[in-house]
Amino acid sequence: MKFQPVIGLEVHVQLKTATKIFCGCSTQFGAEPNSQTCPVCLGLPGALPVLNKSVVDCAIKAGLATNCTIAPRSIFARKNYFYPDLPKGYQISQFEDPICQKGWLDIHLEGLEPKRIGITRIHMEEDAGKLVHGDVPGLENGSGVDLNRACTPLLEVVSEPDLRTSDEAVAYLKKLYQIVTWLGICDGNMEEGSFRCDANVSVMPVGSDTFGTRAEIKNVNSFKFVKQAIEYEIQRQIDLIEDGGTVVQETRLFDPTSGRTRSMRGKEEAHDYRYFPDPDLVPLVIGPAWVERIAGELPELPAAKQKRFMSDLGLPEYDAEVLTATRALTEYFEACVASHGNAKSVSNWVMGEVTRALNDNGIDIAACPVAPARLAALLKLIDSGTISGKIAKTVFDEMWKGGRAPQDIVEEQGLVQVSDSGAIETIIDQVIAANAGQVEEYRSGKDKVFGFFVGQVMKASKGKANPAVVNELLLKKLKG
Amino acid sequence: MITVADVKHVARLARLNLREDEIPLFTGQLSAILGYVDQLKELDTDGILPTSHAVPMENAFREDTISPSIGVDKALANAPHRVDTFFGVPKVIE
Amino acid sequence: MELFDLTIHQMRAGLAAKRFSSVEATRAMLERIQATEPAINAFITVTPEQALADAEAADRRIAAGDALPLTGIPLAVKDIFLTEGVRTTCGSRILAEFIPPYSATSWERLRSQGAVLLGKLNQDEFAMGSSNESSAYGTTRNPWDTNRIPGGSSGGSAAAIAARQATATLGTDTGGSIRQPASHCGCVGLKPTYGRVSRYGVIAYASSLDQVGPMTRDVADCALLLGAVAGLDPKDSTSVDIPVPDYGAALGNGVKGLKIGLPKEYFIHGLAPEVQSAMDAAIATYRSLGAEFVDISLPHTDYAVATYYLIATAEASSNLARYDGVRFGHRSSQADNLIDMMTQSRSEGFGAEVKRRIMIGTYALSSGYYDAYYVKAQKVRTLIMRDFTRAFELVDLILTPVAPTPAFAIGEKVNDPLQMYLSDIFTIPVNLAGTCAMSLPAGFSPDGLPIGLQLIGKPFGEASILSAAHAFEQSTEWHLRKAVI
Repeated sequence: MKFQPVIGLEVHVQLKTATKIFCGCSTQFGAEPNSQTCPVCLGLPGALPVLNKSVVDCAIKAGLATNCTIAPRSIFARKNYFYPDLPKGYQISQFEDPICQKGWLDIHLEGLEPKRIGITRIHMEEDAGKLVHGDVPGLENGSGVDLNRACTPLLEVVSEPDLRTSDEAVAYLKKLYQIVTWLGICDGNMEEGSFRCDANVSVMPVGSDTFGTRAEIKNVNSFKFVKQAIEYEIQRQIDLIEDGGTVVQETRLFDPTSGRTRSMRGKEEAHDYRYFPDPDLVPLVIGPAWVERIAGELPELPAAKQKRFMSDLGLPEYDAEVLTATRALTEYFEACVASHGNAKSVSNWVMGEVTRALNDNGIDIAACPVAPARLAALLKLIDSGTISGKIAKTVFDEMWKGGRAPQDIVEEQGLVQVSDSGAIETIIDQVIAANAGQVEEYRSGKDKVFGFFVGQVMKASKGKANPAVVNELLLKKLKG
Repeated sequence: MITVADVKHVARLARLNLREDEIPLFTGQLSAILGYVDQLKELDTDGILPTSHAVPMENAFREDTISPSIGVDKALANAPHRVDTFFGVPKVIE
Repeated sequence: MELFDLTIHQMRAGLAAKRFSSVEATRAMLERIQATEPAINAFITVTPEQALADAEAADRRIAAGDALPLTGIPLAVKDIFLTEGVRTTCGSRILAEFIPPYSATSWERLRSQGAVLLGKLNQDEFAMGSSNESSAYGTTRNPWDTNRIPGGSSGGSAAAIAARQATATLGTDTGGSIRQPASHCGCVGLKPTYGRVSRYGVIAYASSLDQVGPMTRDVADCALLLGAVAGLDPKDSTSVDIPVPDYGAALGNGVKGLKIGLPKEYFIHGLAPEVQSAMDAAIATYRSLGAEFVDISLPHTDYAVATYYLIATAEASSNLARYDGVRFGHRSSQADNLIDMMTQSRSEGFGAEVKRRIMIGTYALSSGYYDAYYVKAQKVRTLIMRDFTRAFELVDLILTPVAPTPAFAIGEKVNDPLQMYLSDIFTIPVNLAGTCAMSLPAGFSPDGLPIGLQLIGKPFGEASILSAAHAFEQSTEWHLRKAVI
């Protein structure tokens, strides 16, 4: 029997607001445990929540960017359960009336048709605190609760179970990740837990329309692990069914070391969350004016930009996708193109030398020491023939190190390309005269020797000879 | 009405331990109370919306500006078991 | 007249005229407390050093000409109000050692005027009760007859007024917890409209019903204290942005031409004869002052207690989940794993009434029962609100008894929770409807037990009930009688 996986994803996006969702404590990561707390996020008796307006703005942005309907009226609800990292003994979330519903994202896997993945809902909620175990002195036999993270704003994005492969799942996650970082509502730091994924996985016989029982894999923090976890779980369920067993609805954890998922059932009891509208918070009413204002503040989103790069700038799809990987990269590219209109040439350099240098130095485009205007100036020098492409790479490295203008470097180091045929001919004549043996070899059919001559000419000209002119003249001269 | 099993279930959900001798008493009392509130069934509430807030209110917000936290000593002042700046609890197995 | 007999207004006048100092007045209260507490047990915590320090600061302020209406006035507040640095127990063992790092907004507003804190007052545990018998700190006794309950849950707040241990107090009212003890102890108690006074820093019982209110010796004091605490608080999302009128200014308006409703459902419910006669006399008094009475109906009254006990317990079951032994409060030493730690701490720390209500509330919210219980109750609540809205189209105020009987004996209803709940029938509907109401002294039983009358006003109509109450008070002398302890 052949099986078809069915995957739905729930992503918790930590919002990049200055303060928590229901109190004024800072959301800064890495502070001393419990130093960013107050009566509200500590869940002290008598404390009350007050909604951070920026969180609503973020939620509306996310909803608009994923084609959701923004609810004109939404309600906060309490999700009741006991856990030491949950100070009030309930989490303030949204249940029956979430802020966004019925959206979608398109994913495009290589070689396949684009696929639309539905987004059931997006809602706002508060994060729980953190637990540490054993590794702190004094906690060897216990655990410690740090509530700095408690009450941090989260958006929970729930997809329809429209995904069918681990690759689709990763593509969806990457798309969603791109969008929330693009919007500037999430810092995208997965190691710090800014973007967490829960995967609901089930299998059903191919051709069936009844979904199988699903298991939920909680809290997977990298795209690579999501792929592994889903693939393991699919196979585990298939093997189980083929062995005559049944899949149990349960929560599982992915262990990156073993590559397996394991049941959390020991700790799990049937959770009855007893959701009800939170009486300490009032209904959230969002009128069309608010939505319009946010819509007006939205940046051009990746999908639209890609289309425009292809249609208006004539870039291939591959370039368009790479250049829109992050908003910062796109903005760098666009700034460059604004100064130097040759979009393809800018694209090649950004995807090529700039990216290489960023990777080698382990920094992000935001920290690039070569400003877009400077890169544009460099490209102008190439296109005008002042320097060769090869020399330009040297100049670029200099620019990277010292932050100077390309024309200054070129002048100072005398790197101006020599294109004068007369001068080049002279060099060629010298090289030919000095290498009679190789000339013979070339003339007797060894074409590869041509490269040797090019090298010698370039060396003699200290790299400044215009390669196109060299090739043309050398060919003429060698042929005799 | 409400059975001993129900009472034990509800107690567990609410993290309450009832002594064996308390259970019949609580079950009886809860039964009487729930029996009493059952009278609400008599009322026709079709088309009536539930009230969450007796006084109309909507959209209470705060700005996204930081207000000072109370500091670790105040936060932990009532901690039954303080370890460094953590709230110490029995080991949590995840 | 002793210093401890004075009202806020009388004390203000005395302080301003330098007939005595705040320190002297405070000392008088502290001595009174010491003398009467063995018989009354109105206080959980008395704060003599703090009180004298507050009084000294107040005297300096008065001398500098910086006095505000409450500067130097010795007050006490129900132990449900968080008071920074001062133990706050909410009548429970689970908070026996809890010292809050912050104060309730309503207390802060009084403190910033220079009020003096005498201590924290006894109450039913977590405000769940009508007799003060569920306190972990012993029952408070009614100063008019110490074998009787003072009412609840703000039993200590009312008893302290009747025993003249505090000039005025703050209480909270979720189903009648200010009005009913005020009635049983012969003082004035007002539950404002929901949202009128901030709930920030008030330990939550039922979030959609709880309100903070003044308990005082007379109506003028009540108006003053209400004005001092009312108003928008950005820290409470459910507090409303409606201007606070000068409640004192409206007091002399009289009741001529005022239409007062008498709901038939409140006058047939097994009213004790002494309560009925007190009501009859009150109605006659109002008539003589020019008010008109209109018979009205609040048809869903009989469903109010059931509705309340589903909504309040559901919200409470969730509000009390934070008492888990992790960050504050009692932690059991009997447990070595997490679930046991939480369960044991709660079980050791909570009393029986609290456990009962948590269980009912948990049940009402639980899977399979949520619609039939909680949602149903919220719908009936809508019907109850409508009853009031319709009635207020016909009348300006509504007059009812506060309780079916005067204060009952200690121990009389403790073993029958349902009976206890049913005695709140006249006060509960007001909380469900969210509107304002007050209790004021309207007579005494043949045994000398106080009987209060309730005035119910339109939402944010506190000024009009205070005014009508004032008119009645000025025509009677019930509020001048003193309990002999």
